[in-house]
Amino acid sequence: MAVEQPLQPAAATPGDQTRIHNIGYRNYDGPRLGRSYATRSLYSQSLRGAYGLGRSVKSKVLPMLLFVVMCVPALIMVAVAVATKLKDLPVDYTRYAIIMQAVISLYVASQAPQSVSRDLRFKTVPLYFSRPIETADYVRAKYAALASAMFILTAAPLVVLYVGALLAKLDFADQTKGFGQGLVSVALLSLLFAGIGLVIASVTPRRGFGIAAVIAVMTISYGAVSTLQAIADAQGSSGAIPWIGLFSPVTLIDGVQSAFLGASSAFPGEVGPSNGQGVVYVLVLLGLIAACYGLLLRRYRKVGL
Amino acid sequence: MYDPTVARLTYRALLGRRRALILGALPLLLIAISVVVRGLAGADDQTASDLLGGLALATMVPIIGVIAGTGAIGPEIDDGSVVYLLSKPLKRPTIIFTKLIVAIAVTMVFSALPTLIAGFILNGNGQQIAVAYTVAALVSSIAYAALFLLLGTVSRHAVVFGLVYALVWEALFGSLVPGARTLSVQQWSLAVAHKVAGGDLVTSDVGLTTATVLLIAVTVLATWYAGQKLRSLTLAGEE
Repeated sequence: MAVEQPLQPAAATPGDQTRIHNIGYRNYDGPRLGRSYATRSLYSQSLRGAYGLGRSVKSKVLPMLLFVVMCVPALIMVAVAVATKLKDLPVDYTRYAIIMQAVISLYVASQAPQSVSRDLRFKTVPLYFSRPIETADYVRAKYAALASAMFILTAAPLVVLYVGALLAKLDFADQTKGFGQGLVSVALLSLLFAGIGLVIASVTPRRGFGIAAVIAVMTISYGAVSTLQAIADAQGSSGAIPWIGLFSPVTLIDGVQSAFLGASSAFPGEVGPSNGQGVVYVLVLLGLIAACYGLLLRRYRKVGL
Repeated sequence: MYDPTVARLTYRALLGRRRALILGALPLLLIAISVVVRGLAGADDQTASDLLGGLALATMVPIIGVIAGTGAIGPEIDDGSVVYLLSKPLKRPTIIFTKLIVAIAVTMVFSALPTLIAGFILNGNGQQIAVAYTVAALVSSIAYAALFLLLGTVSRHAVVFGLVYALVWEALFGSLVPGARTLSVQQWSLAVAHKVAGGDLVTSDVGLTTATVLLIAVTVLATWYAGQKLRSLTLAGEE
């Protein structure tokens, strides 16, 4: 702008020069869908995103692959049970998730950062918060979405097992009870794993680093706990085994379900927690879930502002 | 072949800010567990061997290898800042080689050193166990770093694939399918460790010659191919 503006005396006729043109913008007068609608949308988009739906083909590969890997052993077990007319399923409903824990850990490690780290890295979090939703809504939607995705992942093989068991004409009441117990246990597992995964992932904007950190927490804690338990078992101090089990997510779930959900423990020597210890397990489990939720709320109170 | 500036930048990317603390947490945990085990069980060669083999070599070394190996190049490719590095008058293989050296050094410091310390805490290097597992950790650090650096240049999901290899292939398949053990960095390094320790506590399913040849082949091939891959790198957009 090289044109030199002639200096106007400030007092002379203000308002003559300034003018607001109406260039045809229109107000939005449709329905405002509000906070709960936005939260629900965020939930459903995050849940779809956890399986790569609505994203590129490349990002569908891993979650779908893990889902298939999760279900195939159940299909094989059912096929074997039907073909050989077994009296009982080869694996308890409650035990299945414990056996497949590597797959579950990989799933939460790959999808938790996908869900929150990218929002941090591309600085989209402030954009969310400029909409009607608030911190608590964002945290709730993300947490619920990942927990639901985990529940789908862990409950699907149980459904396969249950349907297969009914097809194989196993005892209906017995199987239904086991199935119900299995569902409660995987629901707790989903909440716990999703919470831990999200808390770790929400700290780092780097997706790769988040994945490694989540998997490290899951496997190293399990490795450490099971090594210590094996040593305690070998030393003959089996009273210590249940207490050690409190320190890793998988053994925590194992302890809860063997105390209250009729599962046989995967601890060395099958020393599950007693009822008193079981109460401690449940308290620690619920405390951890609440702590994860609280930490997420705290983390997002300040983020992006 | 070695460029100090690239090395310095890679060190900063790997260990800068709070990342060194997170990387350091794993070794500290290993040492803390060894102290607890020593206190609970006393010095026992079998226990020491189980702990070092099961926790240090099978879990800790691969995870640190994944973090260091993919972390040396992955994030740069991910956020596109690698173009500034590639536009400098440096040979691409030089960049890869430098990053490999850094990744190896980081993996060794954060996995082999704590293994040695944990071994000494556990049984005071009885039957050469501490030294044997340290050698295994050193050897596998090189192979893991090279493998995962290659993965970092090939795929955007390098961390996941690295972890799938380290945890599912080596741990799960290795325990179910004996043949899978022949193709496992962990077993190759155990073969070297077996040679060092000489006893029956450290064993491997692979012969020493096979293991050495495979280790060298994997390291060299992975590094070479990563260099080739970087020469024709295309930057993909964000999904």
